[in-house]
Amino acid sequence: MDDLYRQQIIDRYKHPLKRGMLDPHDITYEDENPLCGDKLRIDLRVSPEGIITEAAFSGDGCAISQASADLLTEYIEGKPLEEVRTLSKEDILDLLGIELSPIRLKCALLSLKVLKAGAYGMKEEKDA
Amino acid sequence: MKAETFSRKYGIDIERIRADFPILKRQIKPGIPLVYLDSAASSQKPSAVIDAMSEYYRNHHANIHRAVHTLAEEATGMYEAARAKIAACIAAQPEEIVFTRNATEAINLVAQSWGRTHLKAGDRILLSEMEHHSNLVPWQILAKDRDLQLDFIPLTGSGELDLDACETLLGRGPKLVALTQMSNVLGTIVPIREIVRSAHRAGARLLVDAAQAASHMAIDVLDLDADFMAISSHKMCGPTGIGALYGKTEVLRDMPPFLGGGDMIRKVDWRSFEPNDLPYIFEAGTPAIAEAVGWGAAVDYLTAIGFEAIHRHETDIAAYAMESLREMPGLTVLGPEPSKRGGVVSFTLEGIHPHDIAQILDSYGIAVRAGHHCAMPLHTRLGLSATTRASFYLYSTFEEVDALAAGLRKVRAIFA
Repeated sequence: MDDLYRQQIIDRYKHPLKRGMLDPHDITYEDENPLCGDKLRIDLRVSPEGIITEAAFSGDGCAISQASADLLTEYIEGKPLEEVRTLSKEDILDLLGIELSPIRLKCALLSLKVLKAGAYGMKEEKDA
Repeated sequence: MKAETFSRKYGIDIERIRADFPILKRQIKPGIPLVYLDSAASSQKPSAVIDAMSEYYRNHHANIHRAVHTLAEEATGMYEAARAKIAACIAAQPEEIVFTRNATEAINLVAQSWGRTHLKAGDRILLSEMEHHSNLVPWQILAKDRDLQLDFIPLTGSGELDLDACETLLGRGPKLVALTQMSNVLGTIVPIREIVRSAHRAGARLLVDAAQAASHMAIDVLDLDADFMAISSHKMCGPTGIGALYGKTEVLRDMPPFLGGGDMIRKVDWRSFEPNDLPYIFEAGTPAIAEAVGWGAAVDYLTAIGFEAIHRHETDIAAYAMESLREMPGLTVLGPEPSKRGGVVSFTLEGIHPHDIAQILDSYGIAVRAGHHCAMPLHTRLGLSATTRASFYLYSTFEEVDALAAGLRKVRAIFA
């Protein structure tokens, strides 16, 4: 059995907790990895104090990209929007609990790229 | 027909052939042998090719067409002998074979040299919906620059070219028709000979992208009567870094140089030059000499086995793969029936992304390709973002198809 496809990732892919769209929302952003065909949108609701009160993702793609988006949107709920700035590649890998090859890393990091671009209008660098 | 009842008889000496390819002994992890099902992306290389390139570098290397010393003469002789072999392989004359970096560069050569001098604003180019990016983007670049119109022959439901629509589109008077002879995604073999005749009746030149086809079937450019053909070494057991453009002599003579530099000139002044003869006018700079030698050895190797035997073998394997895979719930095979395709089988598995399929198969040593296979518009047309592709060649076995089917059952179990 491949370590990449641990039960947690398969479960998150098949039964995501945070899949959906928020209407209304305060922040929305979507992007894709054209090479893989992974597409992702993240919606956020942010309180006047700058706390992410609700987060959701939608889109389609491989198990790694979708599980990563589900885990990340769950993780940031209740946290200050400012904290998104400090999130790194390692945080995503910690959430997933796996090591990834450079090609699959792009799948895992799509959610972080979309979240940061939405929150700050900035693109996540490859080695963030 | 059920897979169990399928005749698993080999029409070629499969054990001898597999012994010719050192990489097929590779284990991906200890105890997990390589099952290489990605030959449509690039084929593996027999010892004959590896040894020919090594022998060239060990004993014969020098720059070609320049010096009078022994090595230079030997290297030039080997390079030109390779050109003659590749020409003979497709029934062309050596001066009609221009060495390029790959099939993509061959198509770009036609677009930039022939296209810029023979096409004007409003002219049309006819392509198809199954083209690889290499036979699409060069024409988009030219179309933007010269204000040309691109038309596309649509596909039928079974993934073949709609030949009635082709006739209608030829009625718009395209100056060029550029088509693949075999789809790298659907596996479809295109009836190119008939289309060449229709295109010529309509007054168009015809370019065949044979990057896939040339490795799998006997090609006769005289019989096809194509004006241009792009071929690639690395898909037919040769090294990477070299391909070729075939062009009819009278068509090539009517084209200006593509890249400037050494070797493509006869005489140079401060402000002008006199171009060299065919095919050297299109070969600027020191070419891929060892790669040409290796490609020549690959052609010798494939010719000795016979393209017809190779094609039959691949069709047998592909038909067996289609039978095996179709039994799997949720699995859809793209493209036409086995009799109308080469050794390429692309498929989707419901609810499981191709990258996940490919990654899990890799853990069992099985190499397949996942993605859009450099045919993004085709995938959009089919309503798919990506597919998984297994592709076969002369060294592929029925047992490898069984390994693929077993691997896919494990993929399904993981996602169950």
